[in-house]
Amino acid sequence: MDAFLWYLSWAVAIGIFGWVFRFVGQKVQWPSDKLNVYFRDMPLMVGIGFVFGLVILYVVFHYYFIDKSTFFRWAVQGFVIFAITSWLFLALGKHVGTQATRKVFRQMPLTAAFGILIIIIYAIMSIFAGVIAPYGQEEIFEKINVLPGGDPALGGDPRFPLGTDQLGRDLLSRLIYGGQNTVGIAFVTTILAFLIGTTFGFLAATLSGWFDQAVSRVVDALMAIPQLIFALLLLTIATAWAGSNKELITVYMIVIIAVLDSTRVFRLARAVGFNIVVMDYIEAAKLRGENLSYLIFREILPNAYAPLLAEFGLRFCFVFLTIAALSFLGIGIQPPLADWGTMVRDLAQFINFAQFSPHTAALPLMAAGAIALLTVAVNFVVDWMLHKSSGLKD
Amino acid sequence: MSLAVISGLKAVALIILNRLALGVVTLFAVSVLIFAAVNILPGDFAQAILGQGATEEAVEAIREDLGLNKNAIVRYADWLGGILKGDFGVSFAQANFSSFAGEDASKGGIGSVAAQLEPRFKNTLFLAGVAAIIAVPLSLVLGIMAALYRNSVFDRFVNISTLTSISSPEFFLAYVLILFLSVLNPLLPSLSNIYVEMTFADRLHKTLLPALTLTLVVMAHMMRMTRAAIINLLASPYIEMARLKGIKPARVIVFHALPNALAPIINVIALNLAYLVTGVVVVEVVFVYPGIGQLFVDSVKIRDIPVVQACCLVFAAAYILLNLTADIFSILSNPRLRHPK
Repeated sequence: MDAFLWYLSWAVAIGIFGWVFRFVGQKVQWPSDKLNVYFRDMPLMVGIGFVFGLVILYVVFHYYFIDKSTFFRWAVQGFVIFAITSWLFLALGKHVGTQATRKVFRQMPLTAAFGILIIIIYAIMSIFAGVIAPYGQEEIFEKINVLPGGDPALGGDPRFPLGTDQLGRDLLSRLIYGGQNTVGIAFVTTILAFLIGTTFGFLAATLSGWFDQAVSRVVDALMAIPQLIFALLLLTIATAWAGSNKELITVYMIVIIAVLDSTRVFRLARAVGFNIVVMDYIEAAKLRGENLSYLIFREILPNAYAPLLAEFGLRFCFVFLTIAALSFLGIGIQPPLADWGTMVRDLAQFINFAQFSPHTAALPLMAAGAIALLTVAVNFVVDWMLHKSSGLKD
Repeated sequence: MSLAVISGLKAVALIILNRLALGVVTLFAVSVLIFAAVNILPGDFAQAILGQGATEEAVEAIREDLGLNKNAIVRYADWLGGILKGDFGVSFAQANFSSFAGEDASKGGIGSVAAQLEPRFKNTLFLAGVAAIIAVPLSLVLGIMAALYRNSVFDRFVNISTLTSISSPEFFLAYVLILFLSVLNPLLPSLSNIYVEMTFADRLHKTLLPALTLTLVVMAHMMRMTRAAIINLLASPYIEMARLKGIKPARVIVFHALPNALAPIINVIALNLAYLVTGVVVVEVVFVYPGIGQLFVDSVKIRDIPVVQACCLVFAAAYILLNLTADIFSILSNPRLRHPK
């Protein structure tokens, strides 16, 4: 109850100071007329907002410089570093490249630049994981449970900057290979989902009639079950099928998630397709006697690229998160393949050491944060693309 | 009551009945789907219980016992009939010990799926309820404020932070909360061991951290949708009129825009509560919360198929029910949908 009263008094104080801030601002004769008008028309909430912002700045300052909370400092430093690099990236893009790319960069908000930068970094990291990673993902060393930090006095080892796991595998290498596996598998799954979804969606749009009805009803039934739940049910069955063959489980997982996810792609492709099918040029193509594949690949597909591309980003995020969640639950990507979801689960108990060894506690957060960072980046880019294509101004 | 009102009510009742019937049909289709998915298993339940080293006679005996040698349609009818009476069958994990040692577990004893499901279902409802109670008002207020001060620093900040929390996996948010609220500042417990004899305050205290995680996940969606719904309305002419009359912006939003935005907002709330259903699985595993999601994941791991089947059905039913509620409320609050042409 004390804590509650404490926060309540803070809220009241912020409210009062907000009012005072606005009141003083209105009474003072400012040198520029703009400021005078600004204070005169200021709603009370904006005044409170200013004071609230000040309080937040103070809290950040307090934890950063006075309390010196390690994790908070890392978070703030990470934020600042990312902000500066993406600003530099944006500035670079504005001056380097062709006319067209420079124009794109000029209109780009900072968040989208951040997203594109992160996606490029992840792509390079996963494609060249074999070159970048110091060791192999299944390579086992004699030293187990080496602590991260690389300081021998604290139980580290300079050869393994992030330490080793309970079997003696280098965690840095596993983190990098985990990116390759997790991102790669999610990418393959999304492409498969799009192949299935758009094929059926466009077929339903062009053929319509009973085919459309049949497929749509099946999709409705599939969509009525929450995706993660249904994926878990089907994976239970798939593991029984696969027996002890672990690679087969991963293949089954890709197929299952692709099929479940293709339902959403189907919905979009069908809706987009129906809008295109009624166009005159489709009518003309039909009268010319073109066949079905020509209609779909030459007439419908080129006109459906834009919405499908934005959807691809969103679906990739979704698939990526689903696979990570399944692996986290211990049913997704199977060992010895390294992957981020499984790493989070295996390293999770280290979080309890946060007060004694912040580096160790950061390990599970690093794997989980790697997942979060990519999805956040993709979402920022998709958000910007949707905003741009919809032409919304606010 | 005038005649027009009565006929209007009749139309509404008809639409709602229509939707309810559709929901029942969907649920039926889902149950068929789940049953079919489970029954394409190679071998069958009997082999799964006994493992590969079982003798043919033993397998045959269990098959007889569970009625597995009947054909699929009869078994489906039995299964569905049992569920309607509240009997979800016998759990494999319990079957090994109790029911084949002489106890009749299918009568609702310890081994029955229903007995396992019931307390956990209540726990999950409690968790989802706490999360909803925190998330709904908070996201409505923040959403309205973001719409009111759109394109300001506040709006940008809220936009970026919600986008980040939507995109993060649930377990990342959960571990960040554990790190800050449980390990570095021991305010809340990171393990939610709930049991029946707990007092309400104790229970709430232990549920708060998983509930906060779920809140973060759901709130972002709700807030963004609320903001979009209100901004959409603010472009309409009658709002412009109200503004030109000189009404304060806050009043315009609360008294003019909000009543008309209610339909999409209620829709948003119901849809996001449906989303909670899925989110609950991962969060319960992180916090070892004894809910239905944990039971589900554990059963998946030991391939306890009757339990998996039952959990899947419960989740799907909750999901369908909430989507149905969203549908019905949006019809009720929108006169245009109430009188279809």
